[in-house]
Amino acid sequence: MSPTVIRIEDAHKVYNTGEVEVHALRGVSFEVKKGEFVAVMGPSGSGKSTMMNIIGCLDRVTNGSYLLDGIDVATLSKDQLADIRNQKIGFVFQSFNLISRTSVLDNVMLPMVYAGLPVPERQRRARLALASVGLAEKERSLPNQLSGGQQQRVALARALANEPSLILADEPTGALDTRTSEEVMNIFQGLNRENGITIVLITHEPDIAAYADRIVRFRDGRICEEGGRGEELAS
Amino acid sequence: MKFRDITQMAFQALGKNKIQTMLTTLGIVIGVSAVIAMVSVGQGASKLVQDQMSSMGTNVLQVMPAAPRGASGARGTSDQSVALTEADVEAIQNEVPTVKVASPVVNSSAQIIAGNQNWQTRVEGANERYLEIRDWKIDQGSFFAESDVKSAARVIVLGKTVAVNLFGDADPIGQTIRVRNLPYRIVGVLAAKGQSAMGTDQDDVAMMPYTTVQKKMQGQAILSINRASVSAIDADSTSVAQAQIADLLRQRHKIPPGGPDDFRVNNLTEIADAAQQTTLVMTLLLGSIAAVSLVVGGIGIMNIMLVSVTERTREIGIRMAIGSRGSYIRMQFLAESVMLCMFGGIIGVVFGALLSLAVARLLGWPTLVSVQAAALAFSFAAATGIFFGYYPARKAASLDPIEALRYE
Repeated sequence: MSPTVIRIEDAHKVYNTGEVEVHALRGVSFEVKKGEFVAVMGPSGSGKSTMMNIIGCLDRVTNGSYLLDGIDVATLSKDQLADIRNQKIGFVFQSFNLISRTSVLDNVMLPMVYAGLPVPERQRRARLALASVGLAEKERSLPNQLSGGQQQRVALARALANEPSLILADEPTGALDTRTSEEVMNIFQGLNRENGITIVLITHEPDIAAYADRIVRFRDGRICEEGGRGEELAS
Repeated sequence: MKFRDITQMAFQALGKNKIQTMLTTLGIVIGVSAVIAMVSVGQGASKLVQDQMSSMGTNVLQVMPAAPRGASGARGTSDQSVALTEADVEAIQNEVPTVKVASPVVNSSAQIIAGNQNWQTRVEGANERYLEIRDWKIDQGSFFAESDVKSAARVIVLGKTVAVNLFGDADPIGQTIRVRNLPYRIVGVLAAKGQSAMGTDQDDVAMMPYTTVQKKMQGQAILSINRASVSAIDADSTSVAQAQIADLLRQRHKIPPGGPDDFRVNNLTEIADAAQQTTLVMTLLLGSIAAVSLVVGGIGIMNIMLVSVTERTREIGIRMAIGSRGSYIRMQFLAESVMLCMFGGIIGVVFGALLSLAVARLLGWPTLVSVQAAALAFSFAAATGIFFGYYPARKAASLDPIEALRYE
């Protein structure tokens, strides 16, 4: 039995927007084991983005508990959350979110700068990560000189840099065409299968979700369906 | 997060927007160079005044009768002497411990004739140690001696202006000139001293033993002197000397306690101090006006940093998501503004130094580029960076990462 990376129990999230209280999450329980590849699906407003923010330690639950690698995130300070994001989570966003006018290598090294690694180690690991996404020769390029697919692969290399427990991808193919989507998803799958990296991927495209081992569906702030790949394709 | 990483990040961020960086820096450059130029000019003016003051002699006191002779008749009875006497000067020299040299001074003026040349000038009669008081040097020949004073010898020492006007390039030493139909032998020529603080030519003068002026030149029936020049042993004791001379003279003139003095003791050091004070105030005034422009430059920095924080909201969100603590973001932005100000400071120091040198050339003033002013302006620039960079940096650090990531 592999150890649990994410354990969320009865999570509630309430936003106070002026007079109206918005219940984004209404009691979600959710687990991800080490080495799993999980896709989270659901229409907009279903709470999946809130879920993503909470898993990514950018936000905290109002009620309930969240343990990441056995650490109770609710009790941590802002700085400790930043350190957790730095050490344990690799983010991949829909819009790539690379830092503009900064070289590919510098972008990939950035998480290691915040981790305080020595410069040679940063370079060694960044080059390794770039090689693993097949962009070793692009380290001097600037993000705007790369195609969308290449940019997303750089983002993926950046996410891998600090050897996180978890890669959290928010619609990583949302801005890519079908062919580059496949390219990127193949890399995700390769990282998961060959390197045993845990991946949580949020998407609304069924054919992207199909790369995952397990699919979790959100509706109205609750998990409405959970199942393997086969069941998803049938529904 | 290491110091080097922060500076490197700030440097890269500034390099991305070169024109913006340059223009913002320009505000600080102008501020810093204005402070340095103004303070240098002010200190130059102060040095000028100081030089002129010290050219009048160092630690000098002037003792004068309170009412000049002739005007005294209306004031007192015959047994009240208002005149300062040679004996008084001798007593000052011998009895006041803080006095180094005292000399009687008899002022006159005369037409000096040498061959077919003539020159109207001031004549100062004094004793043989007068040059020590005035802090003056002999250029050619020598000053008159004690024996000349005792014998009221017809010897004369010329100021540079007088010597040049009467003799041109020829050697005046040993030549004879005529003053009021009597021949005098030239024994020396004074070194050039230049203008006084009041703008008169100090070299337009001739000096003789005071006894010679009294007896030979003016033919006084009752010998009298105009004033006494006194130098104290050092700058700190001028005030003490002033008080001691006053006590001595009150005693000698038998002035009852509470009675008005019949003399005045003027302290040139006090005047010099006052002049010094004036230029100091001027320097501070100029400096603070310049400092205003530095503050304006600082506001420019703040403005640009606020714009930059807004522009880079998304970048801040990304940095936070991948694990930057709020404090790292704050340090990065603070480092950017401090770096802007330090660039500005360095360029400003150089520019300000050049500017004050140019002013020095133009006005012929001894402008001093002081290291203190440069260091002060530079650290003030850095402080400006921290002060005006802090608010934008704090604003950046307090952004919510979720909101910042969503920012378009």
